[in-house]
Amino acid sequence: MDPLALARIQFAANISFHILFPAITIGLGWVLLYFKLRYVRSRDMAWMDAYRFWTKIFALSFAMGVVSGITMSFQFGTNWPGFMEKVGNVAGPLLAYEVLTAFFLEAVFLGIMLFGFRRVPGWVHTLATFLVAAGTTLSAFWIIALNSWMQTPAGYDIRDGVIHAADWWAIVFNPSMPYRLVHMLLASGLTVSFLVAGLSAYRWLRGDRADAVKRALGTAVRLAAILIPIQIFAGDQHGLNTLEHQPAKVAAMEANWTTGANVPLILFAWPDEANRTNHFEIAIPDGASLILTHDPDGVVPGLDQFEGNHPPVAPLFWGFRIMVGIGLLMLAVSWWGTWRLWRRKEASPWLARALVAMTFSGWIATLAGWYVTEIGRQPWLVTGVLTTADAASKTPAPMILTTLLMYLATYAVLLGAYVTVLFYLARIGAKPTGEPEEGAIQTTLGAANVAAGGN
Amino acid sequence: MFEDPAIWLPFTFAALMGLSILIYVVLDGYDLGVGLLFAVANDDEKDRMIGSIGPFWDANETWLVLAVGLLLVAFPIAHGVILGALYLPVALMLLGLILRGVAFEFRVKAHARYKRLWNRLFFIGSLVTALSQGFMLGLYVLGLEMTAAHFAFAALTAICVAAGYAMLGGAWLVFKTDGDLQIRAARWARIGLVASAIGFAAISAASPLASPRIFDKWFAFPEIALLSPLPLLAGAAFVGLFALLGRMPLKNDRWAIAPFLGGAAIFVLAFAGLAYSFYPYVVPDRLTIYEAASDPESLLIMLYGAVIVVPVIAGYSALSYWIFRGKASADLYDH
Repeated sequence: MDPLALARIQFAANISFHILFPAITIGLGWVLLYFKLRYVRSRDMAWMDAYRFWTKIFALSFAMGVVSGITMSFQFGTNWPGFMEKVGNVAGPLLAYEVLTAFFLEAVFLGIMLFGFRRVPGWVHTLATFLVAAGTTLSAFWIIALNSWMQTPAGYDIRDGVIHAADWWAIVFNPSMPYRLVHMLLASGLTVSFLVAGLSAYRWLRGDRADAVKRALGTAVRLAAILIPIQIFAGDQHGLNTLEHQPAKVAAMEANWTTGANVPLILFAWPDEANRTNHFEIAIPDGASLILTHDPDGVVPGLDQFEGNHPPVAPLFWGFRIMVGIGLLMLAVSWWGTWRLWRRKEASPWLARALVAMTFSGWIATLAGWYVTEIGRQPWLVTGVLTTADAASKTPAPMILTTLLMYLATYAVLLGAYVTVLFYLARIGAKPTGEPEEGAIQTTLGAANVAAGGN
Repeated sequence: MFEDPAIWLPFTFAALMGLSILIYVVLDGYDLGVGLLFAVANDDEKDRMIGSIGPFWDANETWLVLAVGLLLVAFPIAHGVILGALYLPVALMLLGLILRGVAFEFRVKAHARYKRLWNRLFFIGSLVTALSQGFMLGLYVLGLEMTAAHFAFAALTAICVAAGYAMLGGAWLVFKTDGDLQIRAARWARIGLVASAIGFAAISAASPLASPRIFDKWFAFPEIALLSPLPLLAGAAFVGLFALLGRMPLKNDRWAIAPFLGGAAIFVLAFAGLAYSFYPYVVPDRLTIYEAASDPESLLIMLYGAVIVVPVIAGYSALSYWIFRGKASADLYDH
């Protein structure tokens, strides 16, 4: 196989696995702080129980994020040596600031947050919880700054073929950075809302009606109901920003082959890149023009403007539709849940089942969104500056393939174990950690069935 | 010469990177070592051993991210060359780090019947990590050449680095535990010490023989006289530590931290010798830190951050060690 393709698959596999866990820890850190503060104000043990339960899941998710993150810090060099050679002067300081300002902060205060409850005064413990949440968010800030700079580079000069930083403010707050940061932070908040709601609903369905379960369920459903409309608005703004700076990406997302006015919004189609057309198209007339230019007669750039130099169409078209579809589903379920909890003060079995089915919906939407933005940058690694092919290493294909298979096997096992343990922790609930439970079926398959809404 | 930013900035970053590697090796060394000692510990001891490193391991590993990050950002070309040459051992090390990192959490969160499996994976992960790091050290010392003889030498250093970590882990347990485990830990540390002495001697002998440049740096006058305290001190540290570990624990638990400090001192001396041998090269005999360095402007902006932030990191790391002072218990997990 082609070493470039293998290097890309390996990096994509690692980064896809990695993002699942920051997507949880960024949002969950703040949810934990909320639980802790509610407990501090009310001294109501239900909040503390919710805090303790979700701290376990935070710790597990954090460990998964740390180990896959360490792997990535090495893969920058092993897979893309050309990246640092060409843009190291910009990427380096951003990565360095992430480690210096965020990594150590999270790691040290996580220790105090997890193990220090009886060893430090209450306010120090609350402060540690805050610093962990702040650390995860700060970490996201630097990584998104770098990623956005790769999408829409700014504030640099090129001398002797190498990028030199000219204006750090312009580099960090590059044109797409604020949009991408807000979109990702909200995505994390939604991922966590549905994770918390899903596992709490699972406990509720199993008859665990502890106050801690109901509090977590209520908090999560309401949080989702608040965040999702904001996310839809932020996503729309992000899309308009992309249209301005990376029009080829938007044209591929919409599978719009020809530039023109009154472009329809395609709901379903089978993009055919060879013949540069769509099959089985179902579309709303003027829809894309309306969304992208807020005018039915607005002119939208098509792929014909970028022939031979645009990202692959089908993955972007589908990735975008999966993300938006899940977003709409999130809107429906969270508003239904909020309405139900407001009117009846209690979930219903159907609502609970829907929430269980949506437990990992945030993961799918986040991954789909990242695929759209990352594949949408191709063939560039840094838009207009460095192509992915030019940054690849000369490592022989068999070596990459061997390690790729090793990573894939490890990630598959770990992901299975992670999901299984989440549902196991939910089943043992308030019981002390590690206590054996009679008749618990500990298979990945079992958990997958539950996750899919069966039981 | 230190007025020129193209000289003092790369030097400063090489020093910072070296310091991060050294701190990483000592700190993660002890918790990797505790993982290695899982092989000889019983189930009750394992819980206490994990308790002694639980609050620290995550921050310890962050020093590796900082070290490789500094290599990446300050010497990007060297990062590509070194990690390219060490592609497979790096991948194995990462696999080891992944396994042990998640085993920390899974061993207490998964169903009790899986605890033994995760304990075993914690040991295997620690072992694979320690061995691959030692293997990489061996290859690096000999100039990143890939022949059977070099692999054989690297296999020796792999075992010795693992032994050195086991020594640090045992010494850490002498400091952080009591009773039977403390007595056994002292014995484990002593065995690890002997094996690491062999590795120390092997690397000291091999690196000047492999590189005429290193040979000349050590065996010329007056360098040899000025440098002689280094091996002499190391020898004294080995002998002293060997004697001390034979008597640990002392009455009233006096000097419980001494073996760990002694073990750390050996690593510091070994590191100083390597740093002297290889300066100014970042890729042995091929690429100096001055040739491989990033832009002075980019290094400067990172230095500003480092100067402000590193003392803060040191401060809150110290705070964490102070909060978790005293002997470790098995039920450290209170969440």
